[in-house]
Formats: sequence, structure tokens, C-alpha cells
Amino acid sequence: MNPTLFATLMERLWNADIWYSLPLIVAVSLVYAATRNEEMDRIIIHAVRFGLWIITFMALFFVLLWWLSG
Amino acid sequence: MTDDSAGREQATKVLLKDPVMAAFLAWLIPGLGHLYQGRIAKGILFFICIMGTYVYGAYLGGSSQLGYARAVYFSFRNDEWRLPYLCQIGVGLPSMPALVQAMRMNDNKKVLFGGFMAPPRRVDTVETDPNFDQPTLDKLQLTLNRFFELATVYTMIAGLLNVLAIYDALSGPVIMPPTKKEKQPKQSDQKSAKS
Repeated sequence: MNPTLFATLMERLWNADIWYSLPLIVAVSLVYAATRNEEMDRIIIHAVRFGLWIITFMALFFVLLWWLSG
Repeated sequence: MTDDSAGREQATKVLLKDPVMAAFLAWLIPGLGHLYQGRIAKGILFFICIMGTYVYGAYLGGSSQLGYARAVYFSFRNDEWRLPYLCQIGVGLPSMPALVQAMRMNDNKKVLFGGFMAPPRRVDTVETDPNFDQPTLDKLQLTLNRFFELATVYTMIAGLLNVLAIYDALSGPVIMPPTKKEKQPKQSDQKSAKS
């Protein structure tokens, strides 16, 4: 890959608004897990699994929309 | 003891004290209801996650020039319904200043604290109005750009998450059904049972 193109892509990725979703994913996962469990270790485990599920779901939809956009 | 009954036993062990008071305190300040019930770790967790989301959203949706937390405001004027406030009010006490500011603006009194949580002024506001120096909604969205929407989303999500926390304070944790892996006994357990 062209180094300039790579650098541009990295810069755009670094400044992308998608990163603003990260604190939301963390907060939503922790709060949701805390409403389903009482012990902290179970909350953390559940939150990690739920957060990964959210990220996977978002990634799948990203691929689908990217494919549909041609 | 199965995992389902273990979960039920865990739930019954959670002392809810006065659940209605706990739910009210949880609405007022996220996590406070759980602290009242003695569920310290969860109370701190809810406070950090929900208030952190809310405060960050309030920070994104303002500036020193426009005033802070401009994305959190109350308005139900005929042509300007601020529906996101219905979610933001899920975080009770921190969202109350928006009501005070809206009442002051409605009574033609100058809003407080540089416009903190104040609704934007109408476009047709006369120059003699004490709130003429306040920005319009167009000015807010032009200046804050996408951060106005981001701030709205953050504060709305914080409010909605607090609804879950309120329900947890009111009724305790929701019991999870055991997963398939937890249902299947281990092979070593089966062998020891046979012997």
C-alpha cells in the first residue's frame, strides 16, 4: 500500500467520530450487566461479553451497509 | 443446587430496604439508591458510568462562549418541542436546572449561570428581552456542529441507563436463566456419581 495513502487512512481513522461510541459501549455494557448480576466479578464478565457482542453487531452492520453502498 | 435456584437465592439475599425510597434516590442521583440499600459497589458503578456519560455529554454540548450543557434544555413551546429532554430527565437532579432556566425564560427573566442548560432563544426575540444575548438553536448547531447531536445522544443514553438502575434499586437484579454449558453436568461429576 502507498505509504501516503496509509498515513491518510490512519489519520482519518484516528479522528473518526466512531471513537465517541466507545465510552457509550463501556457504560451501557457495565450498567446492563450490573442490572443482571449482583457480584462484581460476574458483572465484569457479563459486561465484557455484552460489549463484544455490541461491537460485533456494529461491525456486521458496517460491512452490510458498506456492501450495499456499492 | 441448580444455577437457577442459586440465582434466585442470591436475589432474595439482596436487601432492598424501602424499594420506593431507593428508586426515588436512584432517580435523583444515579447510584444513590443503591448506596442507601448498602449495595456500595453497584452504587459506585452506576454513579461513575451514568454520571460520567451525562457529564461528558454536557461538556460536549457547550462552550465558554455559548454556555455549557446547552444540549440539555427543556422546551415545549408550540413550534419547538425538545423531546430528548424526556430521556435526559431520567437523571433527575442534574437535569433540574433545565426546568428552572426554562421557567425563567418563559417569565422574561434573565437565565442564570451564563445560559447553563437554558433553552435557545427564539429567532423573533426582541432586543429589549433580557435573554436577547442567548444563542438561537441555529447558532448552537452551527457553532457546536456535530457535538450538539453527540451531546444530546450522550445525555439521553445516560437518562435511559438510569431507568435501568432505578428498576434495579426497586426490584433487585434480574435473574439470568442458566446457559446451556451451566445446565450440562461435567463428565467428572457424572463418573463420581456412578461410582
